[in-house]
Amino acid sequence: MKIYKYGDNVDTDVIIPARYLNAPDEKSLASHCMEDIDGDFASTVEAGDIIIGGNNFGCGSSREHAPLAIKACGVKCVIAKSFARIFYRNAINIGFPILECPGAVDGISPGDQVSVDFGTGVIVNESTGARFQAAPFPEFVNGIIEHGGLLKSLKARGVAK
Amino acid sequence: MGMTMTQKILARSAGLASVEAGQLIEGKLDLVLGNDITTPVAITEFEKAGLSSVFDRDKIAIVLDHSTPCKDIKSAQLCAACREFAKKHAITHFYDVGRMGIEHALLPEQGLTAPGEVIIGADSHTCTYGALGAFSTGVGSTDMAAGMATGLAWFKVPSAIKVNLVGKLSRYVTGKDVILHLIGLIGVDGALYQSLEFAGEGVASLEMDDRFTICNMAIEAGAKNGIFPVDDKTLDYLKGRVDREFTAFEADPDAQYTREITIDLSALRPTVAFPHLPSNTKTVDEAAGKPIQQVVIGSCTNGRLKDLREAAGVLRGRKVADGVRCIVIPATQQIYLDAMAEGLVADFIRAGAVVSTPTCGPCLGGHMGVLSDGEWAVSTTNRNFVGRMGPTSSMIILASPAVAAASAVTGVLTDPASL
Ligand code: SF4
Repeated sequence: MKIYKYGDNVDTDVIIPARYLNAPDEKSLASHCMEDIDGDFASTVEAGDIIIGGNNFGCGSSREHAPLAIKACGVKCVIAKSFARIFYRNAINIGFPILECPGAVDGISPGDQVSVDFGTGVIVNESTGARFQAAPFPEFVNGIIEHGGLLKSLKARGVAK
Repeated sequence: MGMTMTQKILARSAGLASVEAGQLIEGKLDLVLGNDITTPVAITEFEKAGLSSVFDRDKIAIVLDHSTPCKDIKSAQLCAACREFAKKHAITHFYDVGRMGIEHALLPEQGLTAPGEVIIGADSHTCTYGALGAFSTGVGSTDMAAGMATGLAWFKVPSAIKVNLVGKLSRYVTGKDVILHLIGLIGVDGALYQSLEFAGEGVASLEMDDRFTICNMAIEAGAKNGIFPVDDKTLDYLKGRVDREFTAFEADPDAQYTREITIDLSALRPTVAFPHLPSNTKTVDEAAGKPIQQVVIGSCTNGRLKDLREAAGVLRGRKVADGVRCIVIPATQQIYLDAMAEGLVADFIRAGAVVSTPTCGPCLGGHMGVLSDGEWAVSTTNRNFVGRMGPTSSMIILASPAVAAASAVTGVLTDPASL
């Protein structure tokens, strides 16, 4: 696995530029993911890789295409100091794990091997041995992620038919 | 414990006597909105989940505004998918070319948003309707799909920052300058997960169009919503538009705020944001003189009648400078008609600007004014991110309509008072 590390305020326009929103299929979104901030990302990313961001990751537009594009690349999760709120709920709603953990962001460098336990929120930098605890999700949110997304959880609860 | 205005609205929508910051609730929705970019993804999710019907065909609005009139085959296919869905589910408030406008100008104008209502939209600038004392917030396409099916959405109850407005705006200073000043002050994540609640004696002097502009850009400070108290100006605006009952909520006197900020409106100067963040603000006095190649006047932030009046006031009897393209986009058909009736459209065209049918177009680098390599634009839109309006080397300065118009006349960033 590889680490891709970016700074603060990674916005949805660089995660997936508007010029690609007219083709919202996963393959197309994945092929342009991060294009305006990291031209090599889409061609080098592999399943299981992790994105690290600073503060306010995913700010800007409400386009769910942004977490969809990252998820479609096979990225395992995004770890950031904080997330913009629409990106945060979009990721949860599509069942894509994101972790808020400033310590891990500062304590992980590109090239490190990292393991993540979504159940406990424990992040381990295997290269340095450092352990970090991400804020756990509230139960309600966990329910959504465990069902594989909002619509599936609403169906399971019998709220959506 | 006292509740903020936002908390009171959310409590009622969740059927609870009270709520507090951080609490997760499920609220009943008064309106669910989507556009031609986010609705197709919502439709895919809706159908993939095997959902068969919408909760209330009168409480869904679908507006084809981003790439319309369609700019290419793919956007035409996305619009066709929206059209088909709207027809299948007999969606009452479906706005196609000829009836559409930019969603956040259109919905209030059509009376679809009222005080105390809870509105989600698969578009980040859905927070605009807080100007009317509604709770409205941007969500993604899955939320839209779930909202259309159930009439419900989950929310984390936000804490709030109180923004006290005192004094009165001076000439050539507008709602845009208020919100850019505030974002410059607190940063693009200064209100993350929080409400921006506006209050104070300065509110009364702000026109509704200024309040819409201010709430529109609450998201640029990371806020969940922006909200204004309901006063006589609000009620005036609602007259003839909203005939259903609504509730004007007020914050409790002992409501808790994480922070209080006072802005003296009379001390503000025209304010602009340089690339590549809306928080990268300067007053026009500090930044004037930067050469530009394009001016865009429009968008959900500044495409309303007051904005066009201010821009026309500057352009009337003057000419757009050689080497500058000035693009004016009224936000709705009604605003377009009003601007024609007042002679503003003629003012623009005589000055050498172009006037387009309502569309988001250049605001998101879609069409109708995409920038080329290394070009600079002054734009009344809301985002100046890398690549927002063109290639990654293009640059956007966010500004008010008056500053944008003045810059069109001189070809450099200009204080309208200096003309
Ligand atoms: S005008 Fe711009 S910011 Fe507003 S809804 Fe359209 S694309 Fe979004």
